[in-house]
Amino acid sequence: MEFDYTEEQLALQDTMQRFISRDYDFDKRKAILKSDLGYSAEAWKQYAELGLLSLPLPEDSGGLGGSAVDVMLVMEQFGLGLLMEPYLSSVVLCGGVLRDAASKALRQKLLPQIGAGSEKMALACYEAAGRYDLSHAACTATQKGGAWNLKGQKTVVLDGPSADYFLVTARSSGKVNDANGVSLFLVPRDAKGLTVLGYPTQIGTRAADLKLEDVAVGSEALIGESGAALPIVERAIDRGIAALCAEAVGVMNALNKATLEYLKTRKQFGVAIGTFQALKHRMADMLIAAEQSRSMAVIAAVNADSTDAAERMRAIAAAKAYIGQAGRLVGQQAVQLHGGMGVVDEHVVSHYFKRLTMIDLTFGDADYHLGRFSDTLRPAS
Amino acid sequence: MDLTFTAEEEAFRDEVRAFFAAELPKDIRDKLDLGRHISKDDMVRWQKIMYRKGWGAPNWPAKFGGTGWNIVQQHIFEEERAEACAPNQNPFALKMLAPVMQNFGSAAQQEYFLPRILSGEDWWCQGYSEPGSGSDLASLRTSAVRQGDHYIVNGQKTWNTMGQYADWIFALVRTSTEGRQQQGISFLLVDMKSPGVSVRPIVMLDGGHEINDIFFDNVKVPVENLIGEENKGWTYAKFLLSHERSGNAGIGACKRALKKLKEIAAAQPANGKPLIEDSRFRDRIAQVEMELMALEITNLRVLSGYAKDQKAQSLGPEVSMLKIKGSEIIQTLAELKMHALGHDALPYVREALDMNWRGNPLLNAHYGSYAPPLSGQYFNNRKTTIYAGSTEIQKNIISQMILGL
Repeated sequence: MEFDYTEEQLALQDTMQRFISRDYDFDKRKAILKSDLGYSAEAWKQYAELGLLSLPLPEDSGGLGGSAVDVMLVMEQFGLGLLMEPYLSSVVLCGGVLRDAASKALRQKLLPQIGAGSEKMALACYEAAGRYDLSHAACTATQKGGAWNLKGQKTVVLDGPSADYFLVTARSSGKVNDANGVSLFLVPRDAKGLTVLGYPTQIGTRAADLKLEDVAVGSEALIGESGAALPIVERAIDRGIAALCAEAVGVMNALNKATLEYLKTRKQFGVAIGTFQALKHRMADMLIAAEQSRSMAVIAAVNADSTDAAERMRAIAAAKAYIGQAGRLVGQQAVQLHGGMGVVDEHVVSHYFKRLTMIDLTFGDADYHLGRFSDTLRPAS
Repeated sequence: MDLTFTAEEEAFRDEVRAFFAAELPKDIRDKLDLGRHISKDDMVRWQKIMYRKGWGAPNWPAKFGGTGWNIVQQHIFEEERAEACAPNQNPFALKMLAPVMQNFGSAAQQEYFLPRILSGEDWWCQGYSEPGSGSDLASLRTSAVRQGDHYIVNGQKTWNTMGQYADWIFALVRTSTEGRQQQGISFLLVDMKSPGVSVRPIVMLDGGHEINDIFFDNVKVPVENLIGEENKGWTYAKFLLSHERSGNAGIGACKRALKKLKEIAAAQPANGKPLIEDSRFRDRIAQVEMELMALEITNLRVLSGYAKDQKAQSLGPEVSMLKIKGSEIIQTLAELKMHALGHDALPYVREALDMNWRGNPLLNAHYGSYAPPLSGQYFNNRKTTIYAGSTEIQKNIISQMILGL
């Protein structure tokens, strides 16, 4: 057992922290938020140079062969610095899918480009009526000769507006939420019949709804076997959840640091408000919540690469549920303890709070994952 | 970062498990499995078995006759102990007094007392709280006045656990009333057979007798029974408390209790189905299991952090987090076990706590073998967020020592 990062990992952490304080402070980030892109192309280039984008990609496709723990380290910094770039979508989710399930030809074509940052990808696996259910695919895929025809809609595709390629789930057989019959396709951004409706999210990143009207793709666009994509997507989302858990821990630590600082400096009734026991104890609760969340993020990370789907799901669901709840506590209390300063756009606390809140609502909220975890407790019938 | 056990650690786990399977007396196992009280004789018998194996003190360094196990080994041992339903060895001697004696005691004290703890010869209890000194422990008033080669001790200690069995008590006493109240405290070892020591039982809300008042009436204690220096006792007391709290996380016991809870929820009928099929109840189990999953790792992170830190002289304030969470989790588990029984939690039949009780058939209908102690355990476990520094005191420690508030 080992609970610390390696020397090498700590060096990378240090590099990222220096990058954040130099190139991504509050004012610089504000400009990025207002830009058309919604993230910094310059930062993206730097991530590529630092090796962040190729870090978890396989070595046979130009990657560094890193683990989910390496991703944890990176995502924690994404939380700490409130970074906006499409790392989760392109590298963690889509890079992961290609690594696990794409043909060798496709992997060797796309993964080096993802690692270099020259192409970006987004995962389109949710639909409006399906809530968090990945098996819900009303979007259809019909085979005509060697080609596929895709028809339907996808919702809240994270980082969709900037993606060069989409990985799209569509139903090739079965009923709308059957586990079997979900297929996965690589769809280029410029595919005929594809409409990308982009919009900003609550945290300033971008997302998109996709409309697929008779989008035609070749047989080589099918990822994995026809109708057997659900486990591939579930595995990718589990990896994404582990990454979000780490990001949330980064946010919680940043919020706790800011709140503690505020308690020590803000004076009312002639004394620092941190001298009041009601506030001290709240702060202690926030610290404990963050530490417990870190432990859960570690559990998620070390299980994220597991091929034992049941064991992995159990760990990931528990971590996401726990961190959803703990994040709610830390976020809400950080705002509360900041008083009026907690509810203004000009203070970083509200930005952290929104990020933490949206992390809970991404890929299944605390209730959803509590339910999944709880269901694993039923005696095998 | 890696949560897997090495091959050596797995082999160690196998060794511990095999030892429990071979050596733990069945009568003791059965009592603990069904939540019944075990006697002092049971505990001493078990200590002697552990001692023969060389495991008399799982948490001590080897130079004092302990196992010298590292944090992960101790964790594995504790997990297997709880799973096997083996008794917890007397924590007052092994986990509280011994670390103090090993760090601050004289060579003579170490040579005399430590082997007797290992062999199970001496039973120790703790003399900390007083009627007027609970959370504000440093206000304690039990006095020790030097007279030649002795201290003369007068006063009262309370909430003393298992003192009715004790051969010795380690007590915080006031040797000075000058300066800050923390500066006049000393750490004294008192023979319970000394004239003037008396024990009065306190019955707890579950009807059980595990705690006492201890009275000292002009008790003569030889000066060589002072630990360290006179008036430095508060330092030793805090050192002891950090060790006590680190043990309070009780991961092994919580895991065992969780497993038991699931068994009970699977066995209890509810509307023609097992209770665990009721998602409202099952979600409550899931909730506490998540908390425990996190605490298990937090516990290992904190303790291995101290073990790695060469400069760390003792456990730090982080153990307060472990104490808060561990005590809340064990309370929740006890509460859910009781609630799993539904109205069968109501009967209070003392005799049913006896392993051999067969009762009458009508009353038996209320009781699976596991049911009789569950309500009492819930009531009894309200103590866990109060003892060893209440949750509120732990939060004070965290805010002062970690957060700097």
